[in-house]
Amino acid sequence: MISVRNLVRRFGDFTAVKEISFDVAQGEIFAFLGPNGAGKSTTIKMLTTLLRPTSGSIQLDGMDPNVHQKEARQRFGIVFQDPSLDQEQTAWENMELHGILYHVPRKVRATRIEFLLKTFELWERKDSLVKTFSGGMKRRLEIARGLLHTPKILFLDEPTLGLDPQSRNQLWTHVKALNETEKTTVFLTTHYMDEAEKIAHRIAIMDHGAIIAQGTSAELKQQTSTDSLEAAFLALTGSSLRDESADAKAGLRQMAQMWRR
Amino acid sequence: MGAIYILWLRELKRYVRSRVQVAASLAQPCLYLFAFGFGFGAVFRQAGRGSYLQFMAPGVVAMTVLFSAVFSGIAMLWDRQFGFLKETLVAPVSRLQIMIGRTLGGATVAIIQGTIVLGVCLLAGFRPQSWLALPGAFLFLFLIALVFAALGTALGSAIKDMQGFQIVMNFLVMPIYFLSGALFPLDNQKMGMRIANQIDPLSYGVDGLRGMLTNVWHFTPSTNLTVLTVVAGAFLLLGAYLFSKIEV
Repeated sequence: MISVRNLVRRFGDFTAVKEISFDVAQGEIFAFLGPNGAGKSTTIKMLTTLLRPTSGSIQLDGMDPNVHQKEARQRFGIVFQDPSLDQEQTAWENMELHGILYHVPRKVRATRIEFLLKTFELWERKDSLVKTFSGGMKRRLEIARGLLHTPKILFLDEPTLGLDPQSRNQLWTHVKALNETEKTTVFLTTHYMDEAEKIAHRIAIMDHGAIIAQGTSAELKQQTSTDSLEAAFLALTGSSLRDESADAKAGLRQMAQMWRR
Repeated sequence: MGAIYILWLRELKRYVRSRVQVAASLAQPCLYLFAFGFGFGAVFRQAGRGSYLQFMAPGVVAMTVLFSAVFSGIAMLWDRQFGFLKETLVAPVSRLQIMIGRTLGGATVAIIQGTIVLGVCLLAGFRPQSWLALPGAFLFLFLIALVFAALGTALGSAIKDMQGFQIVMNFLVMPIYFLSGALFPLDNQKMGMRIANQIDPLSYGVDGLRGMLTNVWHFTPSTNLTVLTVVAGAFLLLGAYLFSKIEV
């Protein structure tokens, strides 16, 4: 479903993503793990047409997202790292707007919105403004919205960041259920090892822009002769701290890049 | 088409729901109307130019439309901040449609605001030359709204933070307003002022609106229409270009 070959992205003289290659099969849940600034978000941006790769190829459902941008966008749903809801509109209106932007036919739209809001336990609050929602509810609404146009692939960029354990647990239960019933391929990034271990079929570990290991959780543990994914992760990426300044610098670079053009 | 409609509708919903903002944005033109309208009235009459309220009311309406239209474009900063902009930018619709929906929404809100202030002017004693002139006045209202909503979209796409917003307000929007002849007559001005008036696109909007409502013209109706249409086209193109360059 997703096939990436030798993908590279540079910002000026800084290489954020270095020659990565991986495949995700249809119906699979694939997790990207990595410390801050490892290049996970840059990779997701390239996969979702938000950023052009410097070189390398991407195939989503057999299509190059940079050539067939609209067709590709119709085929995936995305939940960004930071919220992207319209706070001043109700849950229903956010769904409706998404449905129209993604060309979901009117009749299907109403039933599908109802189904998803019920699945994600938001039906009772469908007419409340999103700004009155808790963090967990907003996240659930974003995922429900991302699934509205029945995408083949769902991208989740650190969807559980800042959520309490109950919300995280509930969120993954829903995602897993939809992955099973609708055969949606799920591509996610996360910092939480336990989540990746529990939900992902396969995991890739990324550090300094490169994929340093990939396989099932069992394979990764075996490879590093450790007994938990967290230990395997630390063994692979080292235990030095990647402070947030890596992110800030990357942001600045991106800004500089933008102004140069 | 659906995308344009739903984004247009969103701007309207936001407007209707933010009642405090509606009241606040109407307070400023009303202040201008009453403070200047009555304050300068005596001097204006002594100069033999008749009623100042009658003169400046179209200017205050134009000001309302200008501020409201530019604001709604710059409100894109909030959408960027709160992330909603991204949701529309990854949707399988062209950026042009998104930009048009947003801009028309902003223009519509500006026209509504302008209409309300025109109502306030009527209550304050302003009288159009004839009620039949209103459709023509609304044509100019629409053009002003379109020109500056498009400019707002262009600015909203180009600036990224609140400081930029302040700079735009102080060094672009306020001069556009003050140099447009909204508050004073454009005839018999010195050379420098005359050039500034002629560069300012709002001059033609104010003149068109004032001409329609009170039959006092500085430029000709056809000049006003032509300039506004051309500038609207240019700003729409600029807005569309800058909007297509936004990276998230």
